Amino acid sequence: MIKKRAPRALGFIFIASLLLSGCSGGILDPKGQVGVDEKNLILFSTVLMLLVVIPVIFMTIYFAWKYRAGHNQAVYDPKWDHSTRIELVVWLIPCILIVILGAVTWVTTHDLDPYKPLEGKGDHLEIDVVSLNWKWLFIYPDQGIATVNELVIPAGVPVKFRLTSESVMNSFFIPQLGSQIYTMAAMETKLHLIADEPGTYDGFSANYSGAGFSGMKFKTIATPTQQDFDAWVGLVRSSHQTLNDRSYQSLTVPTEDDPVSYYANVDDGLFDRIVMKYMRHHGHTPMTDQTMSAHMHKTSTDAPEMPAMAAPQETLAASSGTEE
Amino acid sequence: MYSPLFGKLTLDAVPYHEPIIMVTLAIVAVVGLALFYLITKHQKWLYLWNEWITSVDHKRLGVMYIILALVMLIRGFADAIMMRTQLAMATNGAEGYLPPEHYDQIFTAHGVIMIIFMAMPFMIGLMNIAVPLQIGARDVAFPFMNNLSFWMAVAGALLVNISLGVGEFAKTGWVAYPPLSGIAYSPGTGVDYYIWALQISGIGTTLTGVNFIATVLKMRAPGMKLMQMPVFTWACTWANILIVASFPILTAALGLLTLDRYLDFHFFTNDLGGNAMMYINLFWAWGHPEVYILVLPAFGIFSEVISTFSGKRLFGYTSMVVASGVISILGFIVWLHHFFTMGSSADVNAFFGVTTMIIAVPTGVKLFNWLFTMYRGQVRFTPPVLWTLGFMVTFSIGGMTGVLLAVPGADYVLHNSLFLIAHFHNTIIGGAVFGYMAGFAYWFPKAMGYRLDEKWGKRAFWFWQSGFYVAFMPLYVLGFLGMTRRTNYSDNPDWNVWLYIACAGAFIIALGIVSQLIQLYVSYRNREALKDVTGDPWNGHTLEWSTASPPQFYNFAVEPQVHDLDAFTDMKEKGIAYQRPDHYEPIHMPKNTPAGFIMGMLLTAFGFGFIWHIWWLVAVTLIGTIATFIVRCYATDVDYYVQPDVIEATEAAHLAGVQLAASHKTTAEA
Repeated sequence: MIKKRAPRALGFIFIASLLLSGCSGGILDPKGQVGVDEKNLILFSTVLMLLVVIPVIFMTIYFAWKYRAGHNQAVYDPKWDHSTRIELVVWLIPCILIVILGAVTWVTTHDLDPYKPLEGKGDHLEIDVVSLNWKWLFIYPDQGIATVNELVIPAGVPVKFRLTSESVMNSFFIPQLGSQIYTMAAMETKLHLIADEPGTYDGFSANYSGAGFSGMKFKTIATPTQQDFDAWVGLVRSSHQTLNDRSYQSLTVPTEDDPVSYYANVDDGLFDRIVMKYMRHHGHTPMTDQTMSAHMHKTSTDAPEMPAMAAPQETLAASSGTEE
Repeated sequence: MYSPLFGKLTLDAVPYHEPIIMVTLAIVAVVGLALFYLITKHQKWLYLWNEWITSVDHKRLGVMYIILALVMLIRGFADAIMMRTQLAMATNGAEGYLPPEHYDQIFTAHGVIMIIFMAMPFMIGLMNIAVPLQIGARDVAFPFMNNLSFWMAVAGALLVNISLGVGEFAKTGWVAYPPLSGIAYSPGTGVDYYIWALQISGIGTTLTGVNFIATVLKMRAPGMKLMQMPVFTWACTWANILIVASFPILTAALGLLTLDRYLDFHFFTNDLGGNAMMYINLFWAWGHPEVYILVLPAFGIFSEVISTFSGKRLFGYTSMVVASGVISILGFIVWLHHFFTMGSSADVNAFFGVTTMIIAVPTGVKLFNWLFTMYRGQVRFTPPVLWTLGFMVTFSIGGMTGVLLAVPGADYVLHNSLFLIAHFHNTIIGGAVFGYMAGFAYWFPKAMGYRLDEKWGKRAFWFWQSGFYVAFMPLYVLGFLGMTRRTNYSDNPDWNVWLYIACAGAFIIALGIVSQLIQLYVSYRNREALKDVTGDPWNGHTLEWSTASPPQFYNFAVEPQVHDLDAFTDMKEKGIAYQRPDHYEPIHMPKNTPAGFIMGMLLTAFGFGFIWHIWWLVAVTLIGTIATFIVRCYATDVDYYVQPDVIEATEAAHLAGVQLAASHKTTAEA
């Protein structure tokens, strides 16, 4: 019985993945360059490994059957326990595989670095992302607008995301566009994505963040043209809400399954203030707010930055008492 | 709400409004009362106390560890079934029957229980039963500490189970990442239960690691070189080295989180200079070695099983030992692959990706060596062999998906998806658990004196094996479809069919567990027919099979002389197995002690006091624990000598069994 099970299971994965690549949604149906590269990387690596894995599974079943007890045709050699030639081969085969895959990994990890701007695609649209309990805030600094739970971008235009979190960690993920990245309070992460085809793609948090996590979803709309995007920006600007430090405070109150909402105007520097809020100091530190902000800009080109600065007790109470 | 007597604890802490929990508690109460009644009726309390609870015998402790593991397997599996049914029901806008409040505790408890309180005790139990016997020792280096370790594991398991009825468990996922697990976002007692359950049992595990390293270094039988230790013992030794190196990191990380939550420190908070990434690094610096702690002994079991049931020496013993060592060392420099998506630079991600996939090399070597052990052998398809073959096929797939996840570019879209869930269940079930099941069937006659029923064993295997594929292959697909972990419901119609299949798979696995319970019952009922008279039911290679089943309490009447890796095979071939010496020397043995049990129970209360801020209880139990320890340390009446006449009688009974079986065999052959 064991004979049939394994190939069937493997075949199951393989056929299923082939079928799925025709399905809508998911990472095998990418709609942007990053996602396409990652899908190809997955397929290449899988096929490469199957070159070793399938023979191993086959040999397991074949050897077990051929050398079964009571099957007298097979040679029985109970003391045979070493063969330098075989041992060399069994160390060598996985080594070769890993050298190839390791080289591919090194190159693709640099190519697909989420922090790396997408080359040859023109200027990036900048969007700042803030995860809150339990909703997504998207700030468009150049357009001066913001939205909750809806992300609109023009197709064919690379997007540069800067991301942070108001409270707990989340992971910002639009499977059909490619890479995800974590959002972490008091830190800024970066991500570069592009939608090469217009369409509506699911986005959500891929890191559990508490009670309202399952509803932390948003639609990503890639408009066919820049004009469509501009028209949407105009629509958002006609909203009667604006986003400043005060209206942001009301967003920090935990809510679940929030509807889409638009903000016609956003205070300058709000995103930076959200990143810095846990590091804001009062009193006796040598840096002023001004230099802290400059410092943050200078260092935020690197990995998540985390200058340790004292903050007063009031800030702690105001910012962390979110779970009533 | 705070009272000096009860701390934060009030009657509201009992979840009366949760019917599922109340029914569970009622069942636990009924089973508990039934056990209490039966033990009282058969007057077994003294027997339990003298022979088991206070026992420092590694074989008894091994059995108790495995009982703990099986009980917690059922608890953890109940959580799994609840999650799968919730996700199969909560589609197309339906809410299912588990609100996030409850569901979030379930997936956290499932992970913690399966890793810390099912897999770890199972592994440590098998290690306890087999390792001292395999190296020809009469017990572990520190028998009392071994007993203490066990009761500390029980203390942790008790706390997890108490959280079901008093308060809540953590709603953070089993990794308990801050800031979510910090006091600001998890103000309840759930994370405190998590902290103290892991902290107390984790320290016990560290002690186990120390104990077994000392045991294999100092207590091997005369003549046994390190490179003649049986391969399971070697695998456990590597795992124990990992335990000693990594569990203190967990202890420290939990300690810092405790300071954050209890004393307003700011190691991992968002504000005042805290940095949650420090916790995540520390957690995985323990957490990644932890999975090798689980799987290396399983690899060792497969090596023993495949060699024994192929009737052949293990192919490439040295390669096997070296490969396990390479896995152990590499296991310490890969932890960052758990968070490629947290914004590390490409150089860092690529480094950790490549180190991770290098682990596939020694693992692949092991697979090939098992293959070549079967080559020119005579493979008997007993249940342990079925588990091993099932493992070799299943683990190949799990290893492949693991290497795929080690490619950062792939992980950017697969991280935290159900693909990841499928992968680690593929390796932990298909690797570690299948190994423990193989080891359970393999050493059961040694520990209990009778073999397990093979028919039900094979049924259990096939249910587990097929259930595994039905339950987890759909999760690979769902990962590709973009479904992420820990969601409470789904609203993508493309996913539904896969969620239904996965749910059906969980029920097939349930049939496997039921088959195992039936197997235990049937085997117990037929224990006379299944009796292992000789102590060597499988024609074994290593020293544990030279003892009676169950082994004499002193293991070996005379210290065996070891000349070969397969020490017992060597003796059988030279005709010196079962030899009766001219005379027996007195044997030095440790006495039983209640100290470990008392400390374990005090530590349970200590954790409970900390969780509910009942400070008098914390103080009293801490002082009590330390006092018990000091009293035990200065105790002088801790050992005794077994006299030659007792040994003579015990050995005569064993040798008579061996001769009887031998004469039966001769008659049958004639």
